[in-house]
Amino acid sequence: MLIRNRRRSECSHSEITPPEVYARRREFLRAGVGLGAGLALGGLGMALPASAALRGFPLEFEGSDYSTDESKTAYDEITSYNNFFEMGPGKSDPKTYADQLKTDPWTITVDGLCENPGEYAVEDFISPWSLEERIYRMRCVEGWSMVIPWIGFELNRIIEKAQPRGGARYVAFESIYDPDNLRGQRRRRGSSGGLEWPYTEGLRLDEAMHPLTILAVGLYDEVLPNQNGAPIRVVVPWKYGFKSIKSIQHIRFVEDQPPTLWNQAQSDEYGFYSNVNPDVDHPRWSQRTERRIGEFRRRRTEMFNGYADEVASLYEGMDLTRYI
Amino acid sequence: MTASTRRARARPPRGVWWAVLLASLVPAAWIGLRTLGWFDGLGVNPIEKLLELSGTHAMIALLIALAVTPLRQMTGLAWIVRLRRMLGLVAFGYVTAHALIWLGVDLFFDWELVLYDLTERPFVMVGFAAWLILLALTLTSTDGAQRWLKKKWVWLHRGVYLAGVLAVLHFLWLARADYVEVALYAAILAFLLGWRVHYRWQTRRRVHARRVSA
Repeated sequence: MLIRNRRRSECSHSEITPPEVYARRREFLRAGVGLGAGLALGGLGMALPASAALRGFPLEFEGSDYSTDESKTAYDEITSYNNFFEMGPGKSDPKTYADQLKTDPWTITVDGLCENPGEYAVEDFISPWSLEERIYRMRCVEGWSMVIPWIGFELNRIIEKAQPRGGARYVAFESIYDPDNLRGQRRRRGSSGGLEWPYTEGLRLDEAMHPLTILAVGLYDEVLPNQNGAPIRVVVPWKYGFKSIKSIQHIRFVEDQPPTLWNQAQSDEYGFYSNVNPDVDHPRWSQRTERRIGEFRRRRTEMFNGYADEVASLYEGMDLTRYI
Repeated sequence: MTASTRRARARPPRGVWWAVLLASLVPAAWIGLRTLGWFDGLGVNPIEKLLELSGTHAMIALLIALAVTPLRQMTGLAWIVRLRRMLGLVAFGYVTAHALIWLGVDLFFDWELVLYDLTERPFVMVGFAAWLILLALTLTSTDGAQRWLKKKWVWLHRGVYLAGVLAVLHFLWLARADYVEVALYAAILAFLLGWRVHYRWQTRRRVHARRVSA
């Protein structure tokens, strides 16, 4: 596994940020969060849009060398153009129906082949870990991309704490199942094309252990809005977006490759690995190029979404045209 | 008086032709205004939205053009057929606009990508084939072409049925887990084509019955 985080051409944040500014970063963030919350609560008399379960959770975070310095996609764009079929198939449905996702209370279960299984309230699940900002590229299988500043921590901490047994080779994730509230999970013929709820995803254990793989709880400097996967979600930046499962409730260590939602629906289009790969065709969308939200011209899609230096070694010796 | 001269004499009520033409251009104007930022604009992924809106209205315009003949047969109003050529050309206009947005805005005339899409992506292939058919029908839509091609013209213009089927396929192969919209188009197309078969069969039986009784 690679330890080196940064590509040689990139400079670290400390090289470009004056130390006196850097030293005051928390003050700055606190002021920003306080002002935002004050405006939302006092000025407009509205509840915070953020997850109720995490209200008041202090989003203090450090920077990271894993962050890209590409210009970030605007908050409004990241939060109003989503695929979250639980709230409906349209891109604006998740924002429109965001309150159908009930995040309070929220319990996360860790079990399967591990020494330390457990069931946690989401607050307790998150609070032991210091948070980092990870500015990642996000490439959707549909051919668009964003640059998103996530706040979270590395999934490998949870895995180390759980202590998977020798037989565990995969990590399976499961999201919420709540058809009473989530309109997309009610079965109307044709409307969800045979999707098997709840949303399930999976990673090979070494992929899940990779330092790029995080559990995100925030976006910009706020807790995650519901439409982006509140209260906690997986982010795997070198894979197509649908691999980054939202609103997780269950983490299980398993021996065999677990079934995943989109793979079950259309296995020839959504492989288990689904690494971003411009050379492997999706039968319907062009994967050679992508449109970065906010840009006019399409840009070339990069192997592993530009994270090849960090993750290519995970797939050494594998034929990536076969293991899609 | 033969059926064809009766049809030729039947004219739509005054103003109807123009009213229908103007109504058929309303979606184009609406898409245009949204492109300019009116009515909340085109959203976060404007080019994708533009493709989606133009494609939806191309599909609807094609179905409306295909509804002209059944509507005439159902209502018995002969003048309705006078709208057929105009509505067919409007459909061609929407499909062409949709194709040009794909070519000139989405792919920005990147010919390598265009060629790749046309040879590798089934949904682009069927969409392009539908456009080619409609292009041939547009080029032969004049009175002169109709006279010149005679019986062949009728056969050629039955190609619009195939264009309709290809357009629905184009939609179907694009749909991702949400088949409500494409199912609606498929059902309408099936009805419009099924009606033609039904009507033809009925007429033939009626003619046959008349012959037998005479």
